Amino acid sequence: MADVVLKNVRKSFGRARVIHGVDLDVKDGEFLVFVGPSGCGKSTLLRLIAGLEDITSGDLFIGGQRVNDLAPAKRGIAMVFQSYALYPHMSVYDNMAFGLELAKSSKAQIDAKVREAARMLQIENLLDRKPRQLSGGQRQRVAIGRAIVRDPKVFLFDEPLSNLDAALRVQTRIEIAKLHTDTRATMIYVTHDQVEAMTLADRIVVLNAGRIEQVGTPLELYHRPANLFVAGFLGSPQMNFITCVVSHVGSDGVQVQLPNAGMITVPVSSDGVRVGETVTLGIRPDHVKVSAQGTLTGRIELVEELGENHLLYVDFGKDRHLTIREPGDARHGIGQEVSLSLAPESCHLFKDSGEALPLIAPTGTPMARSPSPATSAA
Amino acid sequence: MIMSGATIQASAPARETVRGGRSSLTRSRIRAAWIFIAPTLIVLALIAGWPLARTIWFSFTDANLNSLNDYEFIGLENYIANYDGEWLGLLTDTDWWRSVWNTVWFTAISVSIEAVLGTIVALILNASFPGRGIMRAVILIPWAIPTVVSAKMWNWMLHDQFGVINDMLLRLGLIAAPITWTANPDTALWTVVMVDVWKTTPFMALLILAALQMLPGDIYEAAKVDGVHPVRVFFRVTLPLIKPALIVAVIFRALDALRVFDLIYVLTANSRDTMSMSVFARQQLVDFQEVGLGSAASTLIFLIIALLIVITMAAGRVRLGGETR
Ligand SMILES: Nc1ncnc2c1ncn2[C@@H]1O[C@H](COP(=O)(O)OP(=O)(O)OP(=O)(O)O)[C@@H](O)[C@H]1O
Ligand SMILES: [Mg+2]
Repeated sequence: MADVVLKNVRKSFGRARVIHGVDLDVKDGEFLVFVGPSGCGKSTLLRLIAGLEDITSGDLFIGGQRVNDLAPAKRGIAMVFQSYALYPHMSVYDNMAFGLELAKSSKAQIDAKVREAARMLQIENLLDRKPRQLSGGQRQRVAIGRAIVRDPKVFLFDEPLSNLDAALRVQTRIEIAKLHTDTRATMIYVTHDQVEAMTLADRIVVLNAGRIEQVGTPLELYHRPANLFVAGFLGSPQMNFITCVVSHVGSDGVQVQLPNAGMITVPVSSDGVRVGETVTLGIRPDHVKVSAQGTLTGRIELVEELGENHLLYVDFGKDRHLTIREPGDARHGIGQEVSLSLAPESCHLFKDSGEALPLIAPTGTPMARSPSPATSAA
Repeated sequence: MIMSGATIQASAPARETVRGGRSSLTRSRIRAAWIFIAPTLIVLALIAGWPLARTIWFSFTDANLNSLNDYEFIGLENYIANYDGEWLGLLTDTDWWRSVWNTVWFTAISVSIEAVLGTIVALILNASFPGRGIMRAVILIPWAIPTVVSAKMWNWMLHDQFGVINDMLLRLGLIAAPITWTANPDTALWTVVMVDVWKTTPFMALLILAALQMLPGDIYEAAKVDGVHPVRVFFRVTLPLIKPALIVAVIFRALDALRVFDLIYVLTANSRDTMSMSVFARQQLVDFQEVGLGSAASTLIFLIIALLIVITMAAGRVRLGGETR
């Protein structure tokens, strides 16, 4: 059992408060991903779990045991650093064996473990090389190998793929996913990359300025962001936000008045918002469609062709912009007036405080937008 | 390079390629390099090459300080000569060999102690603690004091009657009678070593500290997560990584120590028990006015130091300015 539980964990460096009370429950065998903007405290949180930093207040449990005061080596964790942190003067073999060379394991045991890990990561032919004779991807694999041989209950990864090129990143990502399936170990993974987060995670934790904004499965976060921050952070291009005014609150949803345009009824419960209040409507670029009879009209400012799809940047007055993603090649040119329709069931409404308005009772919602609250595959 | 070589081959006459197969670009680069280093070479030839050559030349003559212009070439007689079946010359002089032994002993012991102490001090200074900046400055004070001054200072502290060291040891009851530190043959060379260690450990520590600060911090965190004992980390990670810098520092210091003069001369004057090669050469040259013999001693010093450096570098398998990590 290697669940990781954080209870109101805080961390300050001197007077600078970095982590403001994090509660988190990572299940045994779960793949958890931390995402968040630079400087939000992802690495710090990971280092707190690893024991490389002291926890200022709060409790950390690994496998049911309180480990606040336990040395990193005793926590049953292994960490893969962004910079690889390989010993430059040691061969690949020694890099992996060094941590094992304690009195307990015999030479033969160590050898077997190292060779097994090397086979798994396909670096058997590199065992005699020094790190400087390896490519970035190979170094990263050695770093992962060093973690594997320790047989940890919990793997910690701090942006392990950020120094690799795109192709290698995809390949190594798949290898890490495979490693998770093979070992069934708990994994906590920090990344900047949304694709990594979406593809690897059982659950994603979105952090912002030392606080958790939302925890959930990738699709939960994507389809039902709990607040403006999460909505804006996940998805690329970013979700469109339009400030508008509530014009009617009914049992079928909240009706808002779009600026310079028509009304739209979003099927969410009002959660206390009243007519006349200002809310933010959010809609992803994929859910805005160019159509003959739209709610909005605007002028195309820019067209970006990406091959499989294209992006339209539309200005609909007073410096208000919308991004639209449509499949295939663009059928419109710059300067052209277009009419846009927003799918109401794909719209999100956020209160002034940034909080999202909840969906109306699940019975009334289309299935596509409400993934079952899938938990970990464990 | 291959590209430009091929172009030249195609367009220029054959002799262009015969001359070492270098392109004109490479040749003009080499010429520029010579032009840039020429001033240095000329200055070095004037201030180092010329005196060295003159010293070597004098070592083959019977020159005397009284009449420097009036000398004769006598071949190797300053080094070794046979007068009526009796071997004479520097190579048979027990005082000379004793000074060689003293110097080598002094170098080996003091540089070893300095390397170990310097590493320890550097490790301490590399840790973060309040007041580290001040400590780094304070520790350099012994190094900043001119050798003659610190040697004189120690001379007084070590004085057998008025010295503070004897006084302290007496009060503590560690010794029964004052020790004549610099005159007693048993303690004289050790005393010199002690003062040298006091003076140059900071220099060693600073060089090693510079190397320590170049080490990546993440590998220490990796070792921490792996639960490797700090002592093991030091011997298996830190030491191998600072080894190149350490060897350079040791070679520097050894070079320095092999030509030690001022410290020994001030502390113990011309005492035979502590006489170093340089003190011996000075004595021949100035006190005995034997320019020929003194030059022969100086030439031997040059050869001995060169030989020891070659051995050290071969042993440490370092090529200065060579292999990089
Ligand atoms: N040792 C430290 N001393 C003081 N402040 C620190 C220290 N380490 C981190 N911080 C601060 O804590 C905050 C969070 O840092 P952290 O490295 O956890 O960010 P991050 O989310 O990993 O960012 P990135 O995505 O850029 O790696 C930052 O504001 C940083 O300045
Ligand atoms: Mg980070």
